[in-house]
Amino acid sequence: MESTAGEVLFPDRAEYHAAVEDSRSSGFEMCADLCAVDYLTHPGRRLPSEVAPERFEVVVQLLSIAQRTRRKVRVQVPEADPTLDSLWDLFPGVEAMEREAFDMFGIRFTGHPDLTRILMPDDWEGHPLRKDYGLGRVPVQFKDAPGPR
Amino acid sequence: MTDRHTPPEVVAETAEGAQELFDRAHTSPEELGREVGSVLRLPEGDVPGSADIDVERTGDDTMIINMGPQHPSTHGVLRLMMELDGETVLRTKPIIGYLHTGMEKQAEELTYQQGSTNVTRMDYVSPLTNELVFSMATEELLGVELPRRAVWIRMLLAELQRVSSHLLWLATNGMDLASTTMMIFGFREREMVLAFYEKTTGLRMNHNFIRPGGTAADLPDGWEDDVTVICDTIMRRLGSYDELLTGQPIFRERTEGVGAITAEEAIALSVTGPILRSTGVPWDLRRTMPYLAYDQVEFDVIVGTYGDNFDRYAIRLNEVRESIRIIRQVVERMPMGDYRVQDKKVTPPPRARIDESMEALIHHFKIFTEGFKVPEGEVYTAVESPRGEIGCYLISDGSAKPYRLHIRAPSFVNLQSLPVLLRGGLVADAIATTSSVDPIMGEVDR
Repeated sequence: MESTAGEVLFPDRAEYHAAVEDSRSSGFEMCADLCAVDYLTHPGRRLPSEVAPERFEVVVQLLSIAQRTRRKVRVQVPEADPTLDSLWDLFPGVEAMEREAFDMFGIRFTGHPDLTRILMPDDWEGHPLRKDYGLGRVPVQFKDAPGPR
Repeated sequence: MTDRHTPPEVVAETAEGAQELFDRAHTSPEELGREVGSVLRLPEGDVPGSADIDVERTGDDTMIINMGPQHPSTHGVLRLMMELDGETVLRTKPIIGYLHTGMEKQAEELTYQQGSTNVTRMDYVSPLTNELVFSMATEELLGVELPRRAVWIRMLLAELQRVSSHLLWLATNGMDLASTTMMIFGFREREMVLAFYEKTTGLRMNHNFIRPGGTAADLPDGWEDDVTVICDTIMRRLGSYDELLTGQPIFRERTEGVGAITAEEAIALSVTGPILRSTGVPWDLRRTMPYLAYDQVEFDVIVGTYGDNFDRYAIRLNEVRESIRIIRQVVERMPMGDYRVQDKKVTPPPRARIDESMEALIHHFKIFTEGFKVPEGEVYTAVESPRGEIGCYLISDGSAKPYRLHIRAPSFVNLQSLPVLLRGGLVADAIATTSSVDPIMGEVDR
Protein backbone atom coordinates (compact mmCIF):
# COMPACT_ATOMS: atom_id res chain seq x y z
CA MET A 1 0.00 0.00 0.00
CA GLU A 2 1.47 3.30 -0.99
CA SER A 3 1.69 5.92 1.70
CA THR A 4 -0.70 8.81 1.27
CA ALA A 5 0.67 10.72 4.23
CA GLY A 6 2.44 13.32 2.11
CA GLU A 7 4.71 16.05 3.37
CA VAL A 8 4.31 18.15 6.50
CA LEU A 9 4.84 21.90 6.80
CA PHE A 10 5.60 23.68 10.06
CA PRO A 11 5.01 27.34 9.30
CA ASP A 12 5.30 30.10 11.84
CA ARG A 13 2.05 31.63 13.02
CA ALA A 14 2.76 34.77 11.00
CA GLU A 15 3.57 32.78 7.84
CA TYR A 16 0.71 30.33 8.23
CA HIS A 17 -1.75 32.03 5.91
CA ALA A 18 0.89 32.64 3.25
CA ALA A 19 2.15 29.07 3.48
CA VAL A 20 -1.33 27.69 2.90
CA GLU A 21 -1.90 30.15 0.08
CA ASP A 22 1.33 28.96 -1.57
CA SER A 23 0.17 25.39 -1.19
CA ARG A 24 -3.11 26.23 -2.81
CA SER A 25 -1.46 27.86 -5.78
CA SER A 26 0.82 24.84 -6.15
CA GLY A 27 -2.15 22.56 -6.65
CA PHE A 28 -3.66 21.75 -3.26
CA GLU A 29 -7.13 22.90 -4.16
CA MET A 30 -9.06 21.36 -1.29
CA CYS A 31 -8.78 21.74 2.45
CA ALA A 32 -9.89 18.33 3.61
CA ASP A 33 -9.72 18.92 7.32
CA LEU A 34 -8.79 21.43 9.96
CA CYS A 35 -8.61 20.54 13.62
CA ALA A 36 -6.94 21.76 16.78
CA VAL A 37 -5.00 19.87 19.43
CA ASP A 38 -4.30 20.84 23.02
CA TYR A 39 -0.82 19.62 24.00
CA LEU A 40 -1.09 20.73 27.63
CA THR A 41 -0.31 17.34 29.17
CA HIS A 42 1.96 16.07 26.40
CA PRO A 43 4.49 18.85 25.80
CA GLY A 44 7.38 16.64 24.74
CA ARG A 45 6.10 15.74 21.33
CA ARG A 46 8.33 15.20 18.33
CA LEU A 47 8.79 18.39 16.35
CA PRO A 48 11.56 19.67 14.09
CA SER A 49 14.24 21.44 16.12
CA GLU A 50 13.42 24.90 14.73
CA VAL A 51 9.78 24.71 15.85
CA ALA A 52 9.13 25.85 19.40
CA PRO A 53 6.26 23.82 20.88
CA GLU A 54 3.28 25.76 22.13
CA ARG A 55 0.20 24.58 23.96
CA PHE A 56 -2.14 24.52 20.99
CA GLU A 57 -1.58 23.23 17.52
CA VAL A 58 -3.82 23.62 14.50
CA VAL A 59 -3.50 20.87 11.93
CA VAL A 60 -4.68 21.40 8.36
CA GLN A 61 -4.98 18.55 5.88
CA LEU A 62 -4.69 19.79 2.33
CA LEU A 63 -5.60 17.66 -0.62
CA SER A 64 -4.58 17.84 -4.24
CA ILE A 65 -7.15 16.23 -6.47
CA ALA A 66 -5.03 16.51 -9.61
CA GLN A 67 -1.81 15.13 -8.08
CA ARG A 68 -3.56 12.76 -5.66
CA THR A 69 -1.41 13.83 -2.74
CA ARG A 70 -1.92 15.21 0.70
CA ARG A 71 -0.05 17.85 2.62
CA LYS A 72 -0.26 18.51 6.31
CA VAL A 73 0.22 21.96 7.81
CA ARG A 74 0.91 22.09 11.54
CA VAL A 75 1.04 25.49 13.17
CA GLN A 76 1.76 26.27 16.82
CA VAL A 77 -0.63 28.59 18.66
CA PRO A 78 0.44 29.96 22.06
CA GLU A 79 -1.82 29.74 25.09
CA ALA A 80 -1.44 33.41 25.98
CA ASP A 81 -2.82 34.63 22.66
CA PRO A 82 -4.82 31.87 20.95
CA THR A 83 -5.45 33.64 17.67
CA LEU A 84 -4.72 32.53 14.15
CA ASP A 85 -5.46 33.84 10.68
CA SER A 86 -8.57 32.32 9.20
CA LEU A 87 -8.23 30.31 6.00
CA TRP A 88 -11.78 31.17 5.07
CA ASP A 89 -10.78 33.53 2.27
CA LEU A 90 -8.78 30.71 0.65
CA PHE A 91 -11.04 27.76 1.36
CA PRO A 92 -14.67 28.65 2.17
CA GLY A 93 -15.05 25.05 3.32
CA VAL A 94 -13.07 25.62 6.52
CA GLU A 95 -15.90 27.76 7.86
CA ALA A 96 -17.50 25.01 9.94
CA MET A 97 -14.17 23.43 10.86
CA GLU A 98 -12.76 26.67 12.24
CA ARG A 99 -15.96 27.23 14.15
CA GLU A 100 -15.56 23.77 15.64
CA ALA A 101 -11.94 24.49 16.60
CA PHE A 102 -13.07 27.75 18.20
CA ASP A 103 -15.92 26.04 20.01
CA MET A 104 -13.84 23.17 21.32
CA PHE A 105 -10.49 24.90 21.99
CA GLY A 106 -11.15 28.63 22.11
CA ILE A 107 -8.80 29.44 19.24
CA ARG A 108 -9.90 32.66 17.61
CA PHE A 109 -9.60 32.84 13.85
CA THR A 110 -9.20 36.41 12.67
CA GLY A 111 -11.00 37.06 9.43
CA HIS A 112 -13.65 34.41 9.96
CA PRO A 113 -17.05 35.87 9.05
CA ASP A 114 -19.14 34.15 11.68
CA LEU A 115 -17.04 32.85 14.55
CA THR A 116 -19.73 31.46 16.84
CA ARG A 117 -20.08 28.21 18.69
CA ILE A 118 -21.23 25.39 16.48
CA LEU A 119 -21.68 22.23 18.55
CA MET A 120 -22.14 23.61 22.05
CA PRO A 121 -25.01 25.90 23.06
CA ASP A 122 -24.31 29.56 22.63
CA ASP A 123 -24.21 30.33 26.35
CA TRP A 124 -21.82 27.49 27.18
CA GLU A 125 -18.82 28.38 29.29
CA GLY A 126 -15.41 26.96 28.54
CA HIS A 127 -14.00 24.98 25.67
CA PRO A 128 -14.67 21.28 26.21
CA LEU A 129 -11.82 19.61 24.34
CA ARG A 130 -9.14 21.52 26.23
CA LYS A 131 -7.19 19.21 28.47
CA ASP A 132 -7.86 21.29 31.58
CA TYR A 133 -11.61 21.14 31.03
CA GLY A 134 -13.00 18.69 33.52
CA LEU A 135 -14.71 15.53 32.47
CA GLY A 136 -18.33 15.37 33.53
CA ARG A 137 -19.40 12.53 35.77
CA VAL A 138 -22.75 11.16 36.82
CA PRO A 139 -22.73 9.55 40.26
CA VAL A 140 -24.02 6.01 40.11
CA GLN A 141 -26.28 4.85 42.90
CA PHE A 142 -26.66 1.11 43.01
CA LYS A 143 -29.87 -0.38 44.25
CA ASP A 144 -29.64 -1.64 47.81
CA ALA A 145 -26.16 -0.26 48.08
CA PRO A 146 -25.03 0.70 51.55
CA GLY A 147 -25.03 4.42 52.04
CA PRO A 148 -21.90 6.46 52.45
CA ARG A 149 -20.04 5.52 55.58
CA MET B 1 -34.61 35.76 14.77
CA THR B 2 -37.94 34.60 16.03
CA ASP B 3 -41.09 36.42 15.11
CA ARG B 4 -42.51 39.02 17.43
CA HIS B 5 -45.47 36.91 18.55
CA THR B 6 -43.38 34.33 20.35
CA PRO B 7 -43.38 34.84 24.10
CA PRO B 8 -39.96 35.94 25.39
CA GLU B 9 -39.60 33.00 27.78
CA VAL B 10 -39.97 30.55 24.87
CA VAL B 11 -37.36 32.49 22.93
CA ALA B 12 -35.00 32.27 25.88
CA GLU B 13 -35.48 28.53 26.10
CA THR B 14 -35.04 27.71 22.46
CA ALA B 15 -32.70 30.39 21.13
CA GLU B 16 -29.20 29.45 20.04
CA GLY B 17 -28.18 33.10 20.18
CA ALA B 18 -25.47 34.15 17.78
CA GLN B 19 -25.55 30.83 15.94
CA GLU B 20 -28.90 31.66 14.41
CA LEU B 21 -29.73 33.29 11.13
CA PHE B 22 -30.53 36.97 11.49
CA ASP B 23 -32.34 39.38 9.25
CA ARG B 24 -30.30 41.40 6.80
CA ALA B 25 -30.14 44.51 8.96
CA HIS B 26 -28.35 42.54 11.69
CA THR B 27 -25.92 40.66 9.45
CA SER B 28 -22.46 41.87 8.52
CA PRO B 29 -21.70 42.17 4.78
CA GLU B 30 -19.04 39.41 4.93
CA GLU B 31 -21.44 37.07 6.64
CA LEU B 32 -24.22 37.94 4.22
CA GLY B 33 -21.87 37.31 1.34
CA ARG B 34 -21.02 33.93 2.78
CA GLU B 35 -24.62 32.99 3.40
CA VAL B 36 -25.69 33.74 -0.15
CA GLY B 37 -22.61 31.96 -1.45
CA SER B 38 -21.25 34.87 -3.46
CA VAL B 39 -17.75 34.13 -2.17
CA LEU B 40 -17.74 30.94 -4.18
CA ARG B 41 -18.53 32.57 -7.49
CA LEU B 42 -15.85 35.23 -7.37
CA PRO B 43 -12.55 35.05 -9.21
CA GLU B 44 -9.54 34.40 -7.02
CA GLY B 45 -8.39 37.25 -4.83
CA ASP B 46 -11.52 39.32 -5.33
CA VAL B 47 -13.53 40.57 -2.39
CA PRO B 48 -17.30 40.32 -2.47
CA GLY B 49 -18.85 43.73 -2.81
CA SER B 50 -22.36 44.99 -2.47
CA ALA B 51 -23.02 44.15 -6.12
CA ASP B 52 -22.91 40.47 -5.26
CA ILE B 53 -25.60 40.80 -2.66
CA ASP B 54 -29.04 42.02 -3.55
CA VAL B 55 -29.04 44.95 -1.15
CA GLU B 56 -32.42 46.22 -2.28
CA ARG B 57 -34.07 43.47 -0.35
CA THR B 58 -34.99 44.48 3.15
CA GLY B 59 -36.28 42.53 6.08
CA ASP B 60 -39.85 43.46 5.23
CA ASP B 61 -39.90 41.55 1.95
CA THR B 62 -38.66 38.36 3.40
CA MET B 63 -39.44 36.00 6.20
CA ILE B 64 -37.14 33.87 8.33
CA ILE B 65 -38.52 30.48 9.23
CA ASN B 66 -37.29 27.54 11.22
CA MET B 67 -37.22 23.99 9.96
CA GLY B 68 -36.41 21.56 12.68
CA PRO B 69 -34.78 20.42 14.85
CA GLN B 70 -37.87 18.25 15.19
CA HIS B 71 -38.83 17.88 11.58
CA PRO B 72 -39.47 14.42 10.22
CA SER B 73 -37.68 14.97 6.96
CA THR B 74 -34.49 16.49 8.28
CA HIS B 75 -33.10 13.02 9.04
CA GLY B 76 -32.37 13.67 12.66
CA VAL B 77 -32.04 16.81 14.69
CA LEU B 78 -30.92 19.16 11.97
CA ARG B 79 -32.30 22.66 12.28
CA LEU B 80 -32.41 24.86 9.23
CA MET B 81 -33.16 28.54 9.39
CA MET B 82 -34.23 29.89 6.05
CA GLU B 83 -34.91 33.31 4.70
CA LEU B 84 -37.78 33.06 2.28
CA ASP B 85 -39.21 35.35 -0.31
CA GLY B 86 -42.60 33.78 -0.83
CA GLU B 87 -41.75 30.20 -1.74
CA THR B 88 -38.17 30.90 -2.77
CA VAL B 89 -35.27 30.18 -0.43
CA LEU B 90 -32.79 33.06 -0.28
CA ARG B 91 -30.50 32.15 2.57
CA THR B 92 -30.12 29.03 4.65
CA LYS B 93 -28.15 28.36 7.77
CA PRO B 94 -27.86 24.89 9.26
CA ILE B 95 -27.77 25.00 13.05
CA ILE B 96 -26.28 21.85 14.49
CA GLY B 97 -25.13 20.51 17.81
CA TYR B 98 -28.39 19.07 19.09
CA LEU B 99 -26.87 15.59 19.11
CA HIS B 100 -23.46 16.59 20.40
CA THR B 101 -22.37 14.06 22.99
CA GLY B 102 -18.67 14.83 23.26
CA MET B 103 -17.44 11.64 21.62
CA GLU B 104 -14.04 13.09 20.78
CA LYS B 105 -13.56 13.96 24.44
CA GLN B 106 -14.78 10.56 25.50
CA ALA B 107 -12.33 8.89 23.14
CA GLU B 108 -9.46 10.32 25.18
CA GLU B 109 -10.70 8.33 28.18
CA LEU B 110 -11.10 5.01 26.36
CA THR B 111 -8.31 2.64 25.40
CA TYR B 112 -7.64 1.81 21.77
CA GLN B 113 -9.31 -1.53 22.44
CA GLN B 114 -12.47 0.26 23.58
CA GLY B 115 -12.19 3.07 21.06
CA SER B 116 -13.94 1.29 18.23
CA THR B 117 -17.11 0.96 20.33
CA ASN B 118 -17.06 4.73 20.59
CA VAL B 119 -16.40 5.68 16.97
CA THR B 120 -18.92 3.16 15.67
CA ARG B 121 -21.70 5.22 17.20
CA MET B 122 -20.83 8.35 15.25
CA ASP B 123 -22.16 7.51 11.81
CA TYR B 124 -24.87 5.10 12.86
CA VAL B 125 -25.86 4.30 9.29
CA SER B 126 -22.43 3.03 8.31
CA PRO B 127 -20.79 2.12 11.62
CA LEU B 128 -18.26 -0.27 10.11
CA THR B 129 -16.69 2.50 8.07
CA ASN B 130 -15.98 4.43 11.25
CA GLU B 131 -14.46 1.36 12.88
CA LEU B 132 -12.39 0.80 9.76
CA VAL B 133 -10.87 4.27 9.68
CA PHE B 134 -10.14 4.22 13.42
CA SER B 135 -8.55 0.78 13.22
CA MET B 136 -6.46 1.76 10.21
CA ALA B 137 -5.16 4.84 12.02
CA THR B 138 -4.27 2.80 15.09
CA GLU B 139 -2.56 0.15 13.00
CA GLU B 140 -0.53 2.75 11.17
CA LEU B 141 0.76 4.06 14.50
CA LEU B 142 1.41 0.52 15.70
CA GLY B 143 3.10 -0.36 12.44
CA VAL B 144 1.42 -3.75 12.10
CA GLU B 145 0.79 -5.45 8.80
CA LEU B 146 -2.56 -7.20 8.57
CA PRO B 147 -3.02 -10.74 7.24
CA ARG B 148 -4.57 -10.75 3.80
CA ARG B 149 -7.79 -12.38 4.94
CA ALA B 150 -8.39 -9.62 7.48
CA VAL B 151 -8.02 -7.03 4.74
CA TRP B 152 -10.50 -8.79 2.47
CA ILE B 153 -13.01 -9.39 5.25
CA ARG B 154 -12.87 -5.68 5.98
CA MET B 155 -13.40 -4.88 2.34
CA LEU B 156 -16.40 -7.21 2.16
CA LEU B 157 -17.96 -5.61 5.22
CA ALA B 158 -17.21 -2.08 4.07
CA GLU B 159 -18.87 -2.68 0.71
CA LEU B 160 -21.90 -4.34 2.27
CA GLN B 161 -22.06 -1.29 4.48
CA ARG B 162 -22.06 0.97 1.47
CA VAL B 163 -24.91 -1.06 0.01
CA SER B 164 -26.98 -0.86 3.19
CA SER B 165 -26.25 2.83 3.69
CA HIS B 166 -27.17 3.74 0.12
CA LEU B 167 -30.31 1.61 0.34
CA LEU B 168 -31.36 3.50 3.44
CA TRP B 169 -30.70 6.74 1.62
CA LEU B 170 -32.73 5.61 -1.37
CA ALA B 171 -35.53 4.71 1.01
CA THR B 172 -35.61 7.99 2.90
CA ASN B 173 -35.05 10.08 -0.19
CA GLY B 174 -37.92 8.27 -1.84
CA MET B 175 -40.08 9.08 1.15
CA ASP B 176 -39.08 12.74 1.02
CA LEU B 177 -40.29 12.75 -2.57
CA ALA B 178 -43.54 11.12 -1.44
CA SER B 179 -42.78 7.62 -2.67
CA THR B 180 -43.60 5.41 0.28
CA THR B 181 -43.14 2.36 -1.91
CA MET B 182 -39.48 3.23 -2.28
CA MET B 183 -39.18 3.50 1.46
CA ILE B 184 -40.53 0.00 1.98
CA PHE B 185 -38.28 -1.32 -0.80
CA GLY B 186 -35.14 0.27 0.59
CA PHE B 187 -35.74 -0.89 4.14
CA ARG B 188 -36.63 -4.39 2.94
CA GLU B 189 -33.35 -4.82 1.10
CA ARG B 190 -31.30 -3.17 3.84
CA GLU B 191 -32.79 -5.68 6.25
CA MET B 192 -31.07 -8.50 4.36
CA VAL B 193 -27.68 -6.88 4.84
CA LEU B 194 -28.41 -6.19 8.50
CA ALA B 195 -29.44 -9.82 9.01
CA PHE B 196 -26.09 -10.89 7.59
CA TYR B 197 -24.36 -8.44 9.91
CA GLU B 198 -26.23 -9.85 12.85
CA LYS B 199 -25.10 -13.33 11.91
CA THR B 200 -21.51 -12.20 11.48
CA THR B 201 -20.99 -9.68 14.24
CA GLY B 202 -23.85 -10.34 16.62
CA LEU B 203 -25.37 -6.92 16.17
CA ARG B 204 -27.34 -5.12 13.51
CA MET B 205 -25.70 -1.78 14.19
CA ASN B 206 -22.72 -0.50 16.18
CA HIS B 207 -20.92 -3.77 15.62
CA ASN B 208 -17.47 -3.16 17.11
CA PHE B 209 -16.35 -5.89 14.71
CA ILE B 210 -13.47 -4.22 12.91
CA ARG B 211 -10.90 -3.64 15.62
CA PRO B 212 -7.30 -2.55 15.69
CA GLY B 213 -5.38 -5.62 14.60
CA GLY B 214 -8.00 -7.20 12.38
CA THR B 215 -11.58 -8.22 13.00
CA ALA B 216 -13.25 -9.58 16.12
CA ALA B 217 -14.00 -12.97 14.59
CA ASP B 218 -13.90 -14.89 11.37
CA LEU B 219 -16.83 -14.89 8.98
CA PRO B 220 -19.52 -17.47 9.86
CA ASP B 221 -19.78 -20.78 8.04
CA GLY B 222 -21.65 -20.51 4.78
CA TRP B 223 -21.11 -16.76 4.47
CA GLU B 224 -20.44 -17.13 0.74
CA ASP B 225 -23.98 -18.42 0.17
CA ASP B 226 -25.53 -15.70 2.31
CA VAL B 227 -23.62 -12.95 0.54
CA THR B 228 -24.37 -14.39 -2.90
CA VAL B 229 -28.08 -14.48 -2.09
CA ILE B 230 -27.93 -10.86 -0.92
CA CYS B 231 -26.09 -9.79 -4.09
CA ASP B 232 -28.44 -11.65 -6.43
CA THR B 233 -31.59 -10.38 -4.72
CA ILE B 234 -30.53 -6.76 -4.46
CA MET B 235 -29.16 -6.74 -8.00
CA ARG B 236 -32.48 -8.01 -9.32
CA ARG B 237 -34.49 -5.55 -7.26
CA LEU B 238 -32.41 -2.56 -8.31
CA GLY B 239 -34.13 -2.97 -11.64
CA SER B 240 -37.48 -2.34 -10.00
CA TYR B 241 -36.09 0.84 -8.43
CA ASP B 242 -35.23 1.97 -11.93
CA GLU B 243 -38.78 1.23 -12.97
CA LEU B 244 -40.26 2.95 -9.95
CA LEU B 245 -38.13 6.08 -9.85
CA THR B 246 -35.47 6.52 -12.50
CA GLY B 247 -37.80 6.53 -15.45
CA GLN B 248 -40.72 8.09 -13.69
CA PRO B 249 -41.63 11.58 -15.01
CA ILE B 250 -42.78 13.00 -11.67
CA PHE B 251 -39.59 11.90 -9.94
CA ARG B 252 -37.40 13.30 -12.70
CA GLU B 253 -39.33 16.54 -12.72
CA ARG B 254 -38.71 16.99 -9.03
CA THR B 255 -35.02 16.09 -9.04
CA GLU B 256 -33.52 17.17 -12.35
CA GLY B 257 -31.93 20.57 -12.14
CA VAL B 258 -32.88 20.94 -8.49
CA GLY B 259 -30.19 21.68 -5.91
CA ALA B 260 -27.35 22.04 -8.39
CA ILE B 261 -23.75 22.72 -7.42
CA THR B 262 -20.68 23.17 -9.61
CA ALA B 263 -17.39 21.36 -9.26
CA GLU B 264 -15.57 24.57 -8.26
CA GLU B 265 -18.08 25.29 -5.52
CA ALA B 266 -17.94 21.72 -4.25
CA ILE B 267 -14.14 21.72 -4.09
CA ALA B 268 -14.04 25.15 -2.43
CA LEU B 269 -16.47 23.91 0.20
CA SER B 270 -14.39 20.75 0.83
CA VAL B 271 -17.36 18.63 -0.16
CA THR B 272 -16.58 14.97 -0.90
CA GLY B 273 -18.42 11.81 -1.75
CA PRO B 274 -21.43 11.52 -4.03
CA ILE B 275 -21.96 15.31 -3.99
CA LEU B 276 -18.49 15.96 -5.39
CA ARG B 277 -18.80 13.11 -7.88
CA SER B 278 -22.17 14.39 -9.04
CA THR B 279 -20.39 17.48 -10.37
CA GLY B 280 -18.16 15.34 -12.57
CA VAL B 281 -15.02 15.10 -10.42
CA PRO B 282 -13.97 11.44 -10.38
CA TRP B 283 -12.74 11.56 -6.79
CA ASP B 284 -13.22 8.32 -4.90
CA LEU B 285 -10.56 7.44 -2.34
CA ARG B 286 -10.99 3.75 -3.15
CA ARG B 287 -9.61 4.52 -6.58
CA THR B 288 -7.51 7.65 -6.15
CA MET B 289 -5.77 6.77 -2.88
CA PRO B 290 -6.34 3.02 -2.60
CA TYR B 291 -6.44 1.43 0.83
CA LEU B 292 -7.23 -2.15 1.87
CA ALA B 293 -7.11 -4.12 -1.40
CA TYR B 294 -9.17 -1.82 -3.59
CA ASP B 295 -6.35 -1.67 -6.12
CA GLN B 296 -6.83 -5.41 -6.73
CA VAL B 297 -10.53 -5.40 -7.53
CA GLU B 298 -12.38 -4.07 -10.54
CA PHE B 299 -15.00 -1.38 -10.14
CA ASP B 300 -16.00 1.88 -11.76
CA VAL B 301 -16.18 5.29 -10.15
CA ILE B 302 -19.61 6.71 -10.92
CA VAL B 303 -19.67 10.41 -11.79
CA GLY B 304 -22.46 12.75 -12.73
CA THR B 305 -22.57 15.84 -14.88
CA TYR B 306 -24.96 18.45 -13.55
CA GLY B 307 -24.48 18.16 -9.81
CA ASP B 308 -28.21 18.11 -9.20
CA ASN B 309 -30.41 15.89 -7.07
CA PHE B 310 -30.98 13.44 -9.87
CA ASP B 311 -27.25 12.93 -10.40
CA ARG B 312 -26.78 12.26 -6.73
CA TYR B 313 -29.62 9.75 -6.83
CA ALA B 314 -28.19 8.04 -9.89
CA ILE B 315 -24.70 7.93 -8.39
CA ARG B 316 -25.87 6.28 -5.21
CA LEU B 317 -28.05 3.80 -7.07
CA ASN B 318 -25.20 2.80 -9.35
CA GLU B 319 -22.69 2.70 -6.52
CA VAL B 320 -24.81 -0.06 -5.06
CA ARG B 321 -24.26 -1.97 -8.31
CA GLU B 322 -20.51 -1.31 -8.20
CA SER B 323 -20.33 -2.37 -4.56
CA ILE B 324 -22.08 -5.61 -5.42
CA ARG B 325 -19.55 -6.08 -8.19
CA ILE B 326 -16.75 -5.71 -5.63
CA ILE B 327 -18.51 -8.03 -3.19
CA ARG B 328 -18.77 -10.75 -5.83
CA GLN B 329 -15.05 -10.49 -6.49
CA VAL B 330 -14.34 -10.68 -2.79
CA VAL B 331 -16.46 -13.83 -2.46
CA GLU B 332 -14.51 -15.39 -5.31
CA ARG B 333 -11.05 -14.41 -4.16
CA MET B 334 -11.27 -14.41 -0.35
CA PRO B 335 -7.85 -15.64 0.79
CA MET B 336 -7.44 -18.21 3.54
CA GLY B 337 -5.54 -17.41 6.68
CA ASP B 338 -5.90 -15.49 9.86
CA TYR B 339 -8.49 -12.81 10.47
CA ARG B 340 -6.28 -10.82 12.83
CA VAL B 341 -2.62 -10.28 13.52
CA GLN B 342 -1.11 -12.79 15.88
CA ASP B 343 0.65 -10.15 17.89
CA LYS B 344 0.15 -11.02 21.55
CA LYS B 345 0.42 -7.38 22.55
CA VAL B 346 -2.34 -6.18 20.24
CA THR B 347 -4.94 -8.91 19.83
CA PRO B 348 -6.19 -11.27 22.52
CA PRO B 349 -5.05 -14.89 22.26
CA PRO B 350 -7.48 -17.56 21.01
CA ARG B 351 -9.88 -18.80 23.66
CA ALA B 352 -8.38 -22.30 23.74
CA ARG B 353 -4.90 -20.96 24.48
CA ILE B 354 -6.11 -19.23 27.63
CA ASP B 355 -6.93 -22.54 29.29
CA GLU B 356 -3.50 -24.03 28.76
CA SER B 357 -1.09 -21.11 28.82
CA MET B 358 -0.47 -18.82 31.75
CA GLU B 359 1.16 -16.29 29.43
CA ALA B 360 -1.88 -16.18 27.17
CA LEU B 361 -4.08 -15.57 30.18
CA ILE B 362 -1.87 -12.66 31.25
CA HIS B 363 -1.94 -11.13 27.77
CA HIS B 364 -5.69 -11.51 27.60
CA PHE B 365 -6.08 -9.87 30.99
CA LYS B 366 -3.70 -7.05 30.15
CA ILE B 367 -5.37 -6.23 26.85
CA PHE B 368 -8.82 -6.04 28.35
CA THR B 369 -7.89 -4.16 31.51
CA GLU B 370 -5.07 -1.82 30.50
CA GLY B 371 -5.27 -1.99 26.75
CA PHE B 372 -2.19 -2.03 24.54
CA LYS B 373 0.29 0.79 24.30
CA VAL B 374 0.64 2.58 20.99
CA PRO B 375 3.93 4.25 20.02
CA GLU B 376 4.04 8.02 20.14
CA GLY B 377 3.09 9.80 16.95
CA GLU B 378 0.28 11.34 14.95
CA VAL B 379 -1.42 10.10 11.83
CA TYR B 380 -4.26 11.02 9.49
CA THR B 381 -5.98 8.24 7.61
CA ALA B 382 -8.92 8.62 5.32
CA VAL B 383 -11.28 6.15 3.71
CA GLU B 384 -14.27 6.57 1.43
CA SER B 385 -17.42 6.32 3.50
CA PRO B 386 -20.80 6.22 1.75
CA ARG B 387 -20.97 9.96 2.40
CA GLY B 388 -17.47 10.98 1.41
CA GLU B 389 -14.03 11.16 2.93
CA ILE B 390 -14.07 10.07 6.55
CA GLY B 391 -10.75 10.87 8.15
CA CYS B 392 -9.27 9.97 11.49
CA TYR B 393 -6.59 12.20 12.97
CA LEU B 394 -5.11 10.22 15.81
CA ILE B 395 -2.40 11.34 18.21
CA SER B 396 -0.71 8.96 20.62
CA ASP B 397 1.47 10.01 23.52
CA GLY B 398 2.71 6.46 24.02
CA SER B 399 0.02 5.37 26.45
CA ALA B 400 -2.90 2.99 25.97
CA LYS B 401 -5.38 5.79 25.30
CA PRO B 402 -5.44 8.18 22.36
CA TYR B 403 -4.18 11.63 23.25
CA ARG B 404 -6.54 13.15 20.72
CA LEU B 405 -8.95 11.59 18.31
CA HIS B 406 -10.48 13.76 15.66
CA ILE B 407 -12.91 12.37 13.13
CA ARG B 408 -13.23 14.33 9.92
CA ALA B 409 -16.90 13.60 9.45
CA PRO B 410 -18.06 13.82 5.84
CA SER B 411 -21.59 14.83 6.79
CA PHE B 412 -20.32 17.68 8.95
CA VAL B 413 -18.37 19.17 6.05
CA ASN B 414 -20.93 18.33 3.37
CA LEU B 415 -23.60 20.16 5.31
CA GLN B 416 -21.87 23.40 4.36
CA SER B 417 -22.99 22.88 0.79
CA LEU B 418 -26.63 23.11 1.84
CA PRO B 419 -26.95 26.94 1.62
CA VAL B 420 -25.56 26.75 -1.93
CA LEU B 421 -27.79 23.87 -2.94
CA LEU B 422 -30.96 25.42 -1.55
CA ARG B 423 -30.42 28.98 -2.73
CA GLY B 424 -32.99 30.05 -5.27
CA GLY B 425 -34.97 26.85 -4.95
CA LEU B 426 -38.41 26.22 -3.55
CA VAL B 427 -39.21 25.30 0.03
CA ALA B 428 -40.83 22.10 -1.19
CA ASP B 429 -37.59 21.08 -2.88
CA ALA B 430 -35.58 21.95 0.21
CA ILE B 431 -36.69 18.69 1.80
CA ALA B 432 -35.50 16.62 -1.14
CA THR B 433 -32.25 18.55 -1.44
CA THR B 434 -31.45 18.23 2.26
CA SER B 435 -32.00 14.54 1.91
CA SER B 436 -29.72 14.34 -1.13
CA VAL B 437 -26.82 15.65 0.97
CA ASP B 438 -27.40 12.59 3.18
CA PRO B 439 -26.44 14.12 6.52
CA ILE B 440 -26.21 11.71 9.43
CA MET B 441 -26.56 13.85 12.50
CA GLY B 442 -24.72 11.48 14.81
CA GLU B 443 -21.66 12.08 12.69
CA VAL B 444 -22.26 15.80 12.23
CA ASP B 445 -22.46 16.49 15.94
CA ARG B 446 -20.34 13.63 17.27
